[in-house]
Amino acid sequence: MTDKIRSAALRSVALAALAVAGNAVFAEGIEVTVVSGAVGNAVANFEALVAPWEEATGNTAVLVPMPASTTDQFGQYRLWLAAQNGDIDLYQTDVIWAPQLADHFVDLTAAAQEAGLIDANFPSIIESQTVDGRLVALPIFTDAPALYYRTDLLEKYDAEVPTTWDELTETAARIMDGERADGNADIWGFVFQGNAYEGLTCDALEWVKSWGGGQIVEADGTISINNPNAAAALEMAAGWVGTISPEGVLAYMEEESRGVWQTGNSVFMRNWPYAYLLGNGDDSAVKGLFDVAPLPAGPGPDGASAATLGGWNIAVSRYSPRQEAAISLAIYMGSAEAQKQRAINEGNLPTIQSLYEDADVLEANPYMARWQDVFLNAVPRPSAPVGADYNEVSTLFFTAVHSVISGSSDANTALAGLQDDLEDLLED
Amino acid sequence: MSSHPAAVQARAGISLQQQRARAAFWFLAPMLVMLAFVAAWPLLRSITLSFSNASADTIFNGNWDWAGWKNYVEARPRADGSIRWRGVLVDPKWWNAVWNTVRFSVMSVALETILGLLVALVLNAEFRGRALVRAAVLVPWAIPTIVSAKMWGWMLNDQYGIINDMLLQLHLIAQPIAWTARPDTAMIAVLIVDVWKTTPFMALLILAGLQMVPRDMYEAARLDGIHPMRVFWRVTLPLVRPAIMVAVIFRLLDALRIFDLIYVLTPRSEGTITMSVISFQNIREFGKYAEGSAQSSILFLIIAVFVVLYIWVGKVNLTGEGGR
Repeated sequence: MTDKIRSAALRSVALAALAVAGNAVFAEGIEVTVVSGAVGNAVANFEALVAPWEEATGNTAVLVPMPASTTDQFGQYRLWLAAQNGDIDLYQTDVIWAPQLADHFVDLTAAAQEAGLIDANFPSIIESQTVDGRLVALPIFTDAPALYYRTDLLEKYDAEVPTTWDELTETAARIMDGERADGNADIWGFVFQGNAYEGLTCDALEWVKSWGGGQIVEADGTISINNPNAAAALEMAAGWVGTISPEGVLAYMEEESRGVWQTGNSVFMRNWPYAYLLGNGDDSAVKGLFDVAPLPAGPGPDGASAATLGGWNIAVSRYSPRQEAAISLAIYMGSAEAQKQRAINEGNLPTIQSLYEDADVLEANPYMARWQDVFLNAVPRPSAPVGADYNEVSTLFFTAVHSVISGSSDANTALAGLQDDLEDLLED
Repeated sequence: MSSHPAAVQARAGISLQQQRARAAFWFLAPMLVMLAFVAAWPLLRSITLSFSNASADTIFNGNWDWAGWKNYVEARPRADGSIRWRGVLVDPKWWNAVWNTVRFSVMSVALETILGLLVALVLNAEFRGRALVRAAVLVPWAIPTIVSAKMWGWMLNDQYGIINDMLLQLHLIAQPIAWTARPDTAMIAVLIVDVWKTTPFMALLILAGLQMVPRDMYEAARLDGIHPMRVFWRVTLPLVRPAIMVAVIFRLLDALRIFDLIYVLTPRSEGTITMSVISFQNIREFGKYAEGSAQSSILFLIIAVFVVLYIWVGKVNLTGEGGR
């Protein structure tokens, strides 16, 4: 009995010694952990994505998948970073997080400069991740939403691709009614992200901005949300729920709306570019039957098409004990090679300018050739003017919007209350 | 040289009673230490933080300051001379969460007690395969809440959920219902899942009480030809009352701090957000440790008041001594 224990103990000591020696001598075999939200096929593609880096360096990259809700991810990441957790080396960060988490990340300027990534990227995207002169996260893909529409159904009903929200509402209702009369009971007109979370902030910001209702908090810090255009935009969206959109949209995030769309049960969908390749996958009911267009515009002279700027970046934790390997993986994930792989396999928009002329990328995602303008003119969420309060500002906004679209409040009351709450929050 | 008992006692310095108490203390000590560590210390820390201005950035490095009662209530003069009240105690969002929690607790515990009692009466009867049924009834209770909440979330889904499908097939509804999304059905959805999950727990506790009822009382009632309903109201119910009261208090404590079910099933819905969820949201999503701690402290107080009231009004005997 004691012999057994002793030999087991000896064995583990020997193993530990071997591991330490291995690290010291070869400086490889390091395990770098990357934490990221799990949306689309990002988890499935991760192995293939990092394989070239693993081969070149002899290290391994491990993905820690997180919930799809960005609000939940942010809470967890801030907790880990505030506690100076050294287990996670790389964080995949939303474009809006840079100002809030900057202090916890390593400055990547020098490494990115050396790899030529600063010049290769779109300057505005690099700028969005630069805080006080430090590049705190390296862009790995950008995001600007699209209006997905069913080419077959639009053709069948002789409808144009809608360029205003009114046209969208009208076309969606007409096609939905027609299809239902033909016995397709499950068809809906329009699906979007209506759950109370960060995604609703993005969707609603587009409605409000496209109606000329401002961007919640303007760049100079003015709280602008309580205005008639914003109220009208929200009333419009409230009118969709239960008519052209299923009531369940009030609980949908990206993946739930894609579920309805990709099974062929919606005429239109508002979603990010990742849904393009998945919709053309072999298991998709809408394969080859859809295309994308910029989101519709609001009415009147103030009306314009607005797209919320999304995008994800990779940041290196200051508390990582494996910083050298972590930075090398970050540089790889931001490189043209990795971004091209992502664009082809996951349908993500690259942040490297030259990839928009790359034949392979454009063959997989033909629409990307016309998407540069969309994301370069995209509207940012107010993360810069509100700083550390962004999460609460966003929560107040999407809670108010949710109360309007779920019918428990009217837009004027909700926005007046929101204005007060925001003033309360931001005055100190 | 008389060895009088009193003399022996005087020599030892303690009575038998004291000896027993001392021994009991040493047996209890490990548990008291444990409780101090896992219950008292976190509670004191919450209360401490609720009087501070700690945030996600300062909580770990200790750079926070005292803020007095500011997190609870604060009168803030504004530029125009008016006064605006701030703090948890005047926050309508907090009181909405309190109302949701109380509403949920009362309804779920009432439903679970009635259903639990019915299930317990059935399980107490003699029938073939009783052991199997007893085990089967416990299954929902054995499933972790996170798992059952997610499972029910899918079952209640408006597009592919089986509940809507069944209701549609039975022609009870014409359109699928988005149970968790609509403000008017979100609380119903949460109640359905909680009742499904927790009724077995109530049934089990009440069943234990039922088995303590002496069989000969039923025998006597039957010989006297008393109607079974009368037997239930006059014999069974009074005798299992102590068991029910204890079961209810356990459930009430659980229900008042409900978190996981709502967090998974209807996150951030104003119609179902509870005290625990709003406190979690403040701490975790907004990084406002001080405000979240103030809410936890009030949550603790509210639960304490509920329990004291309940024990006092119901004259519950928690010691298990005496009684009937």
